[in-house]
Amino acid sequence: MDTTGSLFLPPGSSTIAGDVDAVFNLVLYVGIFFFVLVVFLAAFFVIRYRRKAEPGLTSGKDHNLKLELLWTIIPSIIVVIFFVVGFRTYLKMSIIPKDAVEIKVTAQRWMWAFDYPEGVNSINELVVPVRTPIKVLLSSTDVIHSFYVPDFRVKMDVLPNRYTTAWFEANRIGEFDLECAEYCGKGHSQMLGKVKAMSADDYAAWLDKASAFDETVPLEIHGEKLFKSKACYTCHTIDGMGSVGPTFKNLFGREATLSSGDKVAVDENYIRESILDPRAKVAMGFQPVMPTYQGRIKDREIDALIAYIKSLNERE
Amino acid sequence: MDHSENRPAYLAHHFSNIAQQADAAKLGMWVFLLTEVLLFGGLFVAYSVFRAWNPEMFYNAHKYLNVTLGSINTVVLITSSVTMALSIRSMQLGKRQQTLAFLWSTLLLACVFLVIKYFEYSHKIHLGQLPGKYYTFTGVQGTNPHIFFSIYFAMTGLHGVHVLAGMFVIIWMIIKTSRNMFSPEYYTPLEMTGLYWHLVDLIWIYLFPLFYLIG
Amino acid sequence: MTVSNNYLQEPKGLKSWLFTLDHKRIAILYLVGISLSFILGGILALLIRWELISPAQNIVGAETYNRLFTLHGAVMIFLFIIPGIPAAMGNFVLPLMLGAKDVAFPRLNLTSWYIYMFGMILALVSIVTGSVDTGWTFYTPYSTQTSGAVVAMTTAVFILGFSSIFTGLNFLVTIHKLRAPGMTWFKMPLFIWAIYATAIIQILATPVLAITLVLLILERTLGIGIFDPAMGGDPVLFQHFFWFYSHPAVYIMILPAMGVISELIATFSHKRIFGYRAIAFSSFGIAFISFLVWGHHMFTSGQSELASMIFSFLTFLVAIPSGIKVFNWLATMYKGSISLEAPMLWALGFLFLFSIGGLTGMFLSTLATDIHLHDTYFVVAHFHYVMFGGTVMAFFGGLHYWWPKMWGRMYNEFWAKIAVLLVFVGFNATFFSQFILGAKGMPRRYWTYLPQYTRLHGFSSIGSIIMAVGFVIMIIYLLHSIFKGRKAGTNPWGSLTMEWETSSPPPPQNFEKDMVLTHGPYDYDKAVPNKN
Repeated sequence: MDTTGSLFLPPGSSTIAGDVDAVFNLVLYVGIFFFVLVVFLAAFFVIRYRRKAEPGLTSGKDHNLKLELLWTIIPSIIVVIFFVVGFRTYLKMSIIPKDAVEIKVTAQRWMWAFDYPEGVNSINELVVPVRTPIKVLLSSTDVIHSFYVPDFRVKMDVLPNRYTTAWFEANRIGEFDLECAEYCGKGHSQMLGKVKAMSADDYAAWLDKASAFDETVPLEIHGEKLFKSKACYTCHTIDGMGSVGPTFKNLFGREATLSSGDKVAVDENYIRESILDPRAKVAMGFQPVMPTYQGRIKDREIDALIAYIKSLNERE
Repeated sequence: MDHSENRPAYLAHHFSNIAQQADAAKLGMWVFLLTEVLLFGGLFVAYSVFRAWNPEMFYNAHKYLNVTLGSINTVVLITSSVTMALSIRSMQLGKRQQTLAFLWSTLLLACVFLVIKYFEYSHKIHLGQLPGKYYTFTGVQGTNPHIFFSIYFAMTGLHGVHVLAGMFVIIWMIIKTSRNMFSPEYYTPLEMTGLYWHLVDLIWIYLFPLFYLIG
Repeated sequence: MTVSNNYLQEPKGLKSWLFTLDHKRIAILYLVGISLSFILGGILALLIRWELISPAQNIVGAETYNRLFTLHGAVMIFLFIIPGIPAAMGNFVLPLMLGAKDVAFPRLNLTSWYIYMFGMILALVSIVTGSVDTGWTFYTPYSTQTSGAVVAMTTAVFILGFSSIFTGLNFLVTIHKLRAPGMTWFKMPLFIWAIYATAIIQILATPVLAITLVLLILERTLGIGIFDPAMGGDPVLFQHFFWFYSHPAVYIMILPAMGVISELIATFSHKRIFGYRAIAFSSFGIAFISFLVWGHHMFTSGQSELASMIFSFLTFLVAIPSGIKVFNWLATMYKGSISLEAPMLWALGFLFLFSIGGLTGMFLSTLATDIHLHDTYFVVAHFHYVMFGGTVMAFFGGLHYWWPKMWGRMYNEFWAKIAVLLVFVGFNATFFSQFILGAKGMPRRYWTYLPQYTRLHGFSSIGSIIMAVGFVIMIIYLLHSIFKGRKAGTNPWGSLTMEWETSSPPPPQNFEKDMVLTHGPYDYDKAVPNKN
């Protein structure tokens, strides 16, 4: 069911959004009714019974069985309805379709890594075929995160050392925001991603392209793209400014001091090691917080990043 | 306002009579004990959860607890509850020296309890059976054996802190009794101390089988 | 000051205040600490709103922002709202309403205040020595790993918990044992019933928070591993432990507020409260159910669907007694004689705002919608509507109501009306927009945000300034009134509860004679109050 959104809700773009929004609107309209009732009565009484002179004795009627039963029973019935309606849609949201395509989602501070069944992986961009149920298998490498796509009305916490699951089926082509919804530190509000729902053909084409590398383009251009797509910019600058990790400007070829006190040359091997095993040699003055890219970066991509870093040295 | 001469010194100004004051104290102490039950309750829940998740490990780890020492401690605490109750009874009969004797006995037994615990703890420290990241002992079969000892130290540690606090209160009661501040008409603080001490004993009576007598 | 023999003036000297056993003085001591905490928490809030006025960095970076929202929550919850009405108002009013000379355990009462101050100082120390960035909820494993003064802050909260427990214990025993002759249970004012229900929660829930914090501290210092998945522990277990206290805690916040509202509506409608027993018992119903619903904070935590269903169902139950109270208050106003002085304006504001807060709770107890709304600004808006729109409105309503009794002075009624209006308008501007932000997908605890949320955030931030102006005005006229306000009579509002039968301010011993009940607290159909 498609939804076009309202004052409160964004347009729904998943198969469950319509159901969720219907529940939301039910609670909303009932709530508005009771709110208006309460405010109206309060305003009416204040005006109608406004004190005009020193009050004498007022009415001692402090019971009305019919009224009290009414305002106990009707709300009770209403909340049971809310419960049932909410629970039924919740069941639909929790029971994962048997034919769902499974994508592994790994959350780490502060990015999303996706592993597709075809052996492809991506960072911060979840590409899915439209009108296909997708099951996300979620786990974290560090603290608790939460996988939230507002347009799909899907949310599930992502835990360390444990798997949680959720599912969705995008029902229109487009790009939808993915946000982390469980506070996880400095980069929590920047741990953003995009879910890209594509036609089945486009998805297949994307899968192909995702595994390949265009060798006619200079390597450092690829490196520059990877600097963005692999989210290196989250912690490294290219203009010499300090950040969570060392700046890449004028980095290559330098002699770096490590937190152990040893000195090391920033050469191709050092950069490669820092990408695959970042905690092995940590630069002095920086925390060992870089996540590893082992398993989610290809060798040729490492070559491209090294080329890019080299290109950031200023000519003397 | 009744400021007449027949208002005893131990009757606080905001109470109308001694019975009201004593009742209030009793109710207050029972409510306080209820909070203590909830406090330890949280740890009992943690114990239950982790024992349910690691039943064999708990069984294997508990073998390293000394059942003899644990049993002696149980008898020691139960006896101390008896002496505590007897000290109150003595004051009800107006026997100050007897009250003091029983209070001293309770204090002594509490010391014995803590000394035995000291020996148990040092032995564990010696073996490396320490909580959490300090755990180095390798003899226990099962995953994450440190959890058993972490919970053991947390629960017996919290209990030990309560025993120590109780000892200070008993010393205070000894001082007040020696200064003749109690009588058969007024011994409420002794009663309150007794209630607290019985709870401390009761908690141990639950801890003992849960840790020492598994399986 | 007013009457020569009043508790403010007798006995004299700083030492007589710091070693006082007089519940009225202890209430004032608490009021000072609580007010300062509210101001600190408010400043933190204004800084948060200033940073959020646009997505770019405005005044602070992400790490500092994370500390700001953590401290705003911790300060407001543990230093202001949980002690709030019970400590600053309950302490003053409870014995007077009961016709008693003091609370059951005056020394314990003073000790509770010292514990509160010690906890406050430790919290302030932790703020300046490393601070905390975990959120007031301290979720593991983030809280066990992050640097900062987490141990100091959690120790401060642990200590503050005892202040809460001892206050609840004291009030419970006082209510049982120190009622004036003739004051049977059903002749007590409803504020007392509310304080009693609150005390039950304080007594039963707070120790569980204490042990949770102890376990967190042990995890951080000794690495005991019960919340660390790598060591066989479970981070979600922390959430269970934490919310087992923290859900009932929100009823510690709202029940006294509802008690205040009962008093305000009865007095300013000059009418017998409708459904006395229903209101009294609903407080206990709410207290009881509050212990059964903690899992509604964890619908997306990975807990089982069955658990979520049970918690959702039980959560709905708590709506019923709350709704009953609102209807009873409205029915009280029917055929009353309503006067709109400032305390009543705060109470009417409560009815408006708490209704929104309570009704929006429905979205969150409904499973399907909570999945979308959890951890978004919708939740932030909901809890501010109930805690601020509910408790804070009642706190200031009660403060204005009992102000003449406390100080023997009246405040400026014109400026008081201006203040409540500004707070009401500012509050709605600040927080209503947040319902929309949340439903549109804006998560909470975000330092920056997607551009489509800018307009609503800007509107919200402007609202916060309007609120702040209202509070500044309030502080000024309240402080002014202490020294220069018109002298207040014994019973300026014409109320029938017992605290209005003694002078304003009361003498140190509360009453000039031993009190005996002569009429019920809401006998507006039988007795004429001695208004002056």
